[in-house]
Amino acid sequence: MSDPNTASIVTTPPATMPTEAGSGAPTNAGLPESAKQQKPRGLLGDAWIDLRRKPLFWISATFILIFIVMAAFPSLFTSGDAVNGTLERSRVEPSSAAWFGYDVQGRDVYSRVIYGARASIVVAVVSTILTLLVGGTMGIIAGYRGGWVDALLSRIADIFFGLPFVLGAIVILTTFNGSGTDNGEWTIMGLVIMSLSVLSWPVVMRLMRSSVLATKEADYIVAARALGAGTGRIILKHLLPNCLAPLLVYGTIMVGSFIGAEATLSFLGIGLKNPVVSWGIMISEAQNYIRVSPYLLFFPAAFLVTAVLSFVMLGEAVREALDPKLR
Amino acid sequence: MTENIIEVRDLVKHYPVTRGVVFKKTIGHVKAVDGVSFELKAGETLGVVGESGCGKSTLARVLMNLERPTAGQVLYKGQDISKLSGGALRRLRRQIQLVMQDPYTSLNPRMTVGDLIGEPFEIHPDVAPRGSRRTKVKELLDLVGLNPEHINRYPHQFSGGQRQRIGIARALALRPEVIVCDEPVSALDVSIQAQVMNLLEKLQAEFGLSYVFIAHDLSVVRHLSDRVAVMYLGKMVEIGTEDEIYERPTHPYTQALLSAVPVPDPTLRESKAIIRLQGDVPSPVSPPSGCRFRTRCWKAQDVCAQEVPLLQIRPGSDHPSACHFAEKREIVATHEVA
Repeated sequence: MSDPNTASIVTTPPATMPTEAGSGAPTNAGLPESAKQQKPRGLLGDAWIDLRRKPLFWISATFILIFIVMAAFPSLFTSGDAVNGTLERSRVEPSSAAWFGYDVQGRDVYSRVIYGARASIVVAVVSTILTLLVGGTMGIIAGYRGGWVDALLSRIADIFFGLPFVLGAIVILTTFNGSGTDNGEWTIMGLVIMSLSVLSWPVVMRLMRSSVLATKEADYIVAARALGAGTGRIILKHLLPNCLAPLLVYGTIMVGSFIGAEATLSFLGIGLKNPVVSWGIMISEAQNYIRVSPYLLFFPAAFLVTAVLSFVMLGEAVREALDPKLR
Repeated sequence: MTENIIEVRDLVKHYPVTRGVVFKKTIGHVKAVDGVSFELKAGETLGVVGESGCGKSTLARVLMNLERPTAGQVLYKGQDISKLSGGALRRLRRQIQLVMQDPYTSLNPRMTVGDLIGEPFEIHPDVAPRGSRRTKVKELLDLVGLNPEHINRYPHQFSGGQRQRIGIARALALRPEVIVCDEPVSALDVSIQAQVMNLLEKLQAEFGLSYVFIAHDLSVVRHLSDRVAVMYLGKMVEIGTEDEIYERPTHPYTQALLSAVPVPDPTLRESKAIIRLQGDVPSPVSPPSGCRFRTRCWKAQDVCAQEVPLLQIRPGSDHPSACHFAEKREIVATHEVA
């Protein structure tokens, strides 16, 4: 009986090379190609190489970068005042002096759109990330562990699932952010983010749980267990990459719907309040004047649509890059 | 080469059948494997045949310690593998590896071939130092007849036979002593089956591997096996050397199986009697009393319903058979004429 540790298979030269047509032939292919092949690559490296070739990725990434800079440093884009206006300029149409015109209160729409990016994007992106993290983690735990853990987590999710979104948000926000409270801009944003995440994570959890349930019985998971892989390795290396696709798609759609949800809450008077500007607030203010001054709705809506589309396209590009079959 | 590397003693694996959502009530058991014993010697190939649902794959899973047996033991060099945990279990995993049936689902679609075959080294870092892993992976690819340049490709870029070679390379990476092959060629084209089997044979000669080779194709098993075990409904009905099973079968079920093997020679085909079994395989939840095969057996008598036939050497035979009326029967099913 030979000891497996002393003799390594790989040091033993194979007795006979199997003669299979095609094997060995590409070895003589162009040198630069084979030199490139030598470099070890993994899924992420390949995904990045694939992404770099996609114009869709560059377009959406550029837009998202612009929006992020806009959110961080609005003064780079405009020197106007987003909060104060003069009533004599109420609903003045777009002109060369003010590209986007003035709103009912005589405030510059362009400045407001720029300053509104911060609240909208921060709220939408942070609550999406939180929702994905909480829901995804819960989904993996519930799906992978199964049994009573799954039952418990699923029932907890059902409780949150049963709350209608607007009702739940009203309850949370009127408790912490009712009329008469004097919360700062960031506190309100935090509260809005919290209520959005708390009320939407069950959807992500269910999505993730069903993905995990479908994947965890796969043969390659069994093979990994047979190799002696631990739970952490199976989840990170095998389950997660194969369950991420639906989550990414849903996540990018969620960014858009959260910007809209934030607007709904602002419109109800429980979300962000003046003088904080957000695209949602602008859109809900503009709807009363949609017949006489449609541009009031058009500009914030255009920014909103562009931002949402950029996130959706980015998510799509990343999802495709992460699937080797689609390359 | 006569020491037993794996010994299976009265192995039983039952899966509970439950009813109810919150308060689960066990209403029965699927008796997937019900009292199986055999031993595997170092360097030999034990073929396990049987039709779908007879417990072959469950047997493989228990052998791999992926499932805990309900009763009985699997001994690896005298050590009960189901009692191992932690570091000891990890060391055992290095010695027993698995090649799975379906090469299309047994490879993670989002890992490159290099990552797939290199994964065993990452799980067992003491086998190969970090720097040498890439070279080892390439050597393994070369060993199973794949182009080492394809290390950065993904499984979907390979054909079924090539994928199965990747699976074999992954199983070989840790230099195991035993490889459990769970129908490794049944998902492949016949032309590719031969390639993969020849590869398995070559690797066995090279590294002195022992195989537990599970299949439902008798000719595939004959090609590779030293000894063959025939399973029916969770029990082993006959076990013996390749010759004993294929040339002198004594159990009616083995005889029926062998009579169904197609004969390529049309002149011989005339003289061949096909035994047609009646009915279906009974449910493993409530198998028949006594001999499990009696419901479909043409020899069944009263004693078959009362007494469980033991797997033992019967008079007039040279190998164990689990039939009260075991006897030789002329079967013209030798496909290996050449």
